[in-house]
Amino acid sequence: MSSHELKTGPLEYRTEEGRLSILGFWIFLGAEIVLFATLFATYAVLFGRTADAPSPGELFEAKTVLIMTFMLLTSSFTCGIAIHEMRRGSVKGLRNWMIVTLILGLGFLGFEIYEFVHYSHEGATLQSSAYWSSFFTLAGTHGLHVTLGIGWVILLLIQLTQRGLTPKTSRKFFVIGLYWHFLDVVWIFIFTSVYLIGMVV
Amino acid sequence: MKNINRLFKKGLALLPLSMVLLLSGCNSELAVLDPKGPVAQTQKDLILYSVYFMLFIVVVVFAAFTYMVVKYRENRPGRKETDYDPHMHGNNKIEVIWTVIPFIIVIALSIPTVDTLFQLEKPPEVEANEEEQEPLVIHATTADWKWFFSYPEENIETVNYLHIPTDRPIEFKLSSADAMTALWIPRLGGQKYNMAGMMNTHYLEADEEGVYKGRNSNFNGEGFTKQTFEVYAESPEEYDQWVSETQDQAPELTQERYDELLAPGLTEEHEFSSTHLAWVNHGNPEGMDYAINRHFEKYGELMHLESHQDAEDFMDEENNDDHESDRDH
Amino acid sequence: MQLDEFFVTGEPLIYAGMVSIALVTISMLFFLTYYKKWGWLWREWLTTVDHKKIGIMYILSALAMLFRGGVDAMMMRTQLAFPNMNFLNAQHYDEIFTTHGTVMIIFMAMPFLIGLMNFVVPLQIGARDVAFPYLNALSFWSFLFGAMLFNISFVIGGSPDAGWTSYTPLAGAAMSPGPGQNFYLLGLQLSGIGTLATGINFMVTILKMRAPKMRMFQMPIFTWSTLITSFIIVFAFPILTVALALMTLDRIFGAQFFTLTGEGMPMMWANLFWMWGHPEVYIVILPAFGIFSEVISAFARKQLFGYKAMVWAIILIAGLSFLVWVHHFFTMGAGAFVNSVFSISTMLIAVPTGVKIFNWLGTLYKSKINNTVAMMWALAFIPSFVIGGVTGVMLGMASADYQFHNTYFLVAHFHYVLIAGTVFACFSGLVFWYPKMFGHKLNERLGKWSFWFFVIGFHVCFFPQYFVGLDGMPRRVFTIIPEWMPLNIISTVGAFGMGVGFAIFVFAILYSYRYSEREKTGDSWDNGRTLEWATPTPVPFYNFATLPHIDSQDAYVKLKQEGKTTFEEDEVEPIHMPSNTGQPFIMMAFMFVSGFGLVFEWMWMAIGGLLAVLVMMIIRSFDYDEGFHVEVDEIKRTERSARRL
Ligand code: HEM
Ligand SMILES: [Cu+2]
Ligand SMILES: [Cu+2]
Repeated sequence: MSSHELKTGPLEYRTEEGRLSILGFWIFLGAEIVLFATLFATYAVLFGRTADAPSPGELFEAKTVLIMTFMLLTSSFTCGIAIHEMRRGSVKGLRNWMIVTLILGLGFLGFEIYEFVHYSHEGATLQSSAYWSSFFTLAGTHGLHVTLGIGWVILLLIQLTQRGLTPKTSRKFFVIGLYWHFLDVVWIFIFTSVYLIGMVV
Repeated sequence: MKNINRLFKKGLALLPLSMVLLLSGCNSELAVLDPKGPVAQTQKDLILYSVYFMLFIVVVVFAAFTYMVVKYRENRPGRKETDYDPHMHGNNKIEVIWTVIPFIIVIALSIPTVDTLFQLEKPPEVEANEEEQEPLVIHATTADWKWFFSYPEENIETVNYLHIPTDRPIEFKLSSADAMTALWIPRLGGQKYNMAGMMNTHYLEADEEGVYKGRNSNFNGEGFTKQTFEVYAESPEEYDQWVSETQDQAPELTQERYDELLAPGLTEEHEFSSTHLAWVNHGNPEGMDYAINRHFEKYGELMHLESHQDAEDFMDEENNDDHESDRDH
Repeated sequence: MQLDEFFVTGEPLIYAGMVSIALVTISMLFFLTYYKKWGWLWREWLTTVDHKKIGIMYILSALAMLFRGGVDAMMMRTQLAFPNMNFLNAQHYDEIFTTHGTVMIIFMAMPFLIGLMNFVVPLQIGARDVAFPYLNALSFWSFLFGAMLFNISFVIGGSPDAGWTSYTPLAGAAMSPGPGQNFYLLGLQLSGIGTLATGINFMVTILKMRAPKMRMFQMPIFTWSTLITSFIIVFAFPILTVALALMTLDRIFGAQFFTLTGEGMPMMWANLFWMWGHPEVYIVILPAFGIFSEVISAFARKQLFGYKAMVWAIILIAGLSFLVWVHHFFTMGAGAFVNSVFSISTMLIAVPTGVKIFNWLGTLYKSKINNTVAMMWALAFIPSFVIGGVTGVMLGMASADYQFHNTYFLVAHFHYVLIAGTVFACFSGLVFWYPKMFGHKLNERLGKWSFWFFVIGFHVCFFPQYFVGLDGMPRRVFTIIPEWMPLNIISTVGAFGMGVGFAIFVFAILYSYRYSEREKTGDSWDNGRTLEWATPTPVPFYNFATLPHIDSQDAYVKLKQEGKTTFEEDEVEPIHMPSNTGQPFIMMAFMFVSGFGLVFEWMWMAIGGLLAVLVMMIIRSFDYDEGFHVEVDEIKRTERSARRL
């Protein structure tokens, strides 16, 4: 464990600890890809097995899903700006853009909750059929990740206020930036392979 | 210790030998190597074919191993200075050789494997002196922990035993009313799974008369060990006679009676002059939840089954039920 | 829920188990209190983040689990010795083979190897700890609490009984009601999190923390196998996580993934399980290969033959291991084409495996074999594993597998690879690295006795099983028919032979603790080839005072030639080390509480536990502890006394 700190380069990469953590997080995201891939595969296998419950085509609403997609894509963009601000050394820029990201994420979650409640009123719940089990599990796992991400961002914002930009706080923000973009990518797959296909078929 | 050491090494060298002896000596006894039909015969041939290759590998490795371990022991009397070369790090030529040879063996094993795999998907081929026959279709359905054999064309159904004619392919239609199981009659051929909501086709054939053991070979809970059945392979004439007797004498299978039999538990042998396919086929997606919807509560109950017990030991209560239902019709 | 439903009742065996558990617990509590060891336990072990101590705790727990799984095995073998035995009834037998399989693979083999990796790998690459010491402690505690959650099913609530493969629909809520199967799901889930973290941890450690200038192709082979194993873990374990989660949703929250109702698809479980399960068997064999390579080259006093080929073979095996899962259910009826493809991919694994075998033989060629106990385990592995391997190839021939599948032939195969591979490797590695860990060797004489009992017992136990399998004996039956008796009796005798071997092994540990000579140098066997032997014994907590530059394989051989050590006095600098922390222990204890609640479907407890875990994570997030520095003086003092300078 050397504690030598580099004097140049992005703050989050300056300590050995920072470099190790970031690599570790990339590998963790690799594992997350496998996790979501498994959920997607499950979803694909169970597609069409709706039993007595309504079919996805009857329930999916293009408007809601488009709004959600728009919010999450934008949040990924604002998160990118936040990290850019961090690189520039602007605590304020980082904080403000992170807050925008947070609000967009919350909005996304709100719509997702609305959507789930709506489906369950129409008779499609986790319990109704294999298809709906896999739908709620896939979308729900993504939603759970977003929720955890939001909680995490809040913790980091507090730490940012307490400590300002240090190699450690910037590493943490950098990592959550990766996480957030990752969730965005997963959502794009959910949007296309679950919602678009579900609405068409 | 030294002596044991040497003994052990001898023992190791003897292992493959004992394998040959056991394999050839027990040929007639070990069920899988004692085929009574073309499918099991094909599989036995394949197994023995592979055993030769395996023995070859085992002999080569054991010989090389024994040589190294004996020759290069540090305190072997008579060790020479040239017996030690600590800086040897590899040898491309020999490494290529021992990569290529296993590869060739894999190819040699793959070819007959693939060939038989495709063969086993079809009814066994007829021998030259025989005429081709339509396979006899039998639906083999399992339910915790029993076997139903339905003969749709003959319109009969048996529980926990079946009769088949010799020299005629049997086309089993496998499905399960509940847990996943597998039909296995070692002397007639390998196994295949029975699953709820889907149907597997499995061809077997007997070319010798006799009574063969069959069983479920995939673990499915408490009664698994006792989920066996007997296969009576008999001449076509005897078989036909058995069919007509059953058609004439056995009671009809009512849905009520069938639902009763379906409940988890052990059952003796039965025969009926109609089949349950009239109202449910567990091999169709619609038949998948039939049993679970009817007996949901019973699946959690224990039988407290012990090794010496079999179906009869559990018949007392059920017999009472039987009588009641008998009175009903 | 009534108390008599909560505790498993009505069984003498289980009462005996309860009483002995209670006695052991009480006596442990008593000793800890009497000798005032609570503080020591907390400071030195429960809060440690030192990879060496974590490794030792892994190994001790794994030995305990080996004992538990072994007792299960003896009970099964007793029941199967004769027809109509009435030692266990069907239900108990089912529970016991389920816990045996699960405990052995998940809570014995993997933790044992991970324990050895923990202890050895950082030392082999010249690192002062793993990349994430905190996470490492978390992994250990998640494993231990997962194992405990699984094991208490024995006395509380009832054990799972659907096999370690837990095929649905049998293992679903309808056919296996009650907490038993939930223990399986949550125990595995909990320990699986830790395994995944270990995988990530070791990947980063090995990729990033090697000693200055050590190139990948100069790493010791055990480190290589750990790296590749970590890759498999990272790509396979999430599949298990999902599979377990889906079944948990099915059982506890009424989802319909694997059910017979709601158009569920039971056979999807088999697919998910084996997509993880086959890589899993390679997770437990590749590190074993690594250990054998180290031990063989050490006691043959010779460089490993074909090092590069060995590494590529491991990589190839790891890659192929993701492409063969269907061979576990050739009999599902996927059709001739699918079975052909998976038959061939399965048999292909034998090629790199064969290459490894020949390379070990090549290492023995022109060597100086020193028959120590560690070496004997490694030597016994070669012929035994070959038998397991060739029968594996036979199983891989799908059309023949129709006759072998789910029989004792299969049982014999996987014991031949798992025991002769993994278990022999664990013993071999433990004996080999024991002096590094504990400062004294295991008694060799006792070791030899234990070896012969175990190895001969092993062959006597499992070789006949190939034949009884060919005679039509399926696995998982709880009683045998008279035709199968002779071979089964032999098998049972062998099993008890192994039991005796294990007992002697444990006795050797106690005996050596008392009587073995203490180590004086760091290079216990005088023939260490890799960096771990360059450290003094006992290893200082910071491992290396100074880090040598590495420019060859077998780094320590070179160092010895050049007269260098890992303590070059004038190069010593302060060393940064992480602080101990109780957080991982506490966090995982809450996880255990949560899991326990979920097992019994007590949602208040499950959610409460989870909230507590979240709180612990928040605490961790605000924890900016930077560790501490070991000053030059202290390092010099420590090294001088450890090296007797
Ligand atoms: C030469 C390499 C190997 C080949 C070709 C091979 C092949 C197979 C096949 C085809 C099966 C499934 C048989 C069936 O279910 O009918 C099987 C089962 C199994 N193998 Fe291997 N195997 C090999 C090496 C290993 C190794 C190294 C291990 C672990 C250390 C291992 C552990 C297992 C286990 C645990 C099972 C049974 C799992 C169960 O059903 O409970 N195998 N092997
Ligand atoms: Cu299926
Ligand atoms: Cu496998």
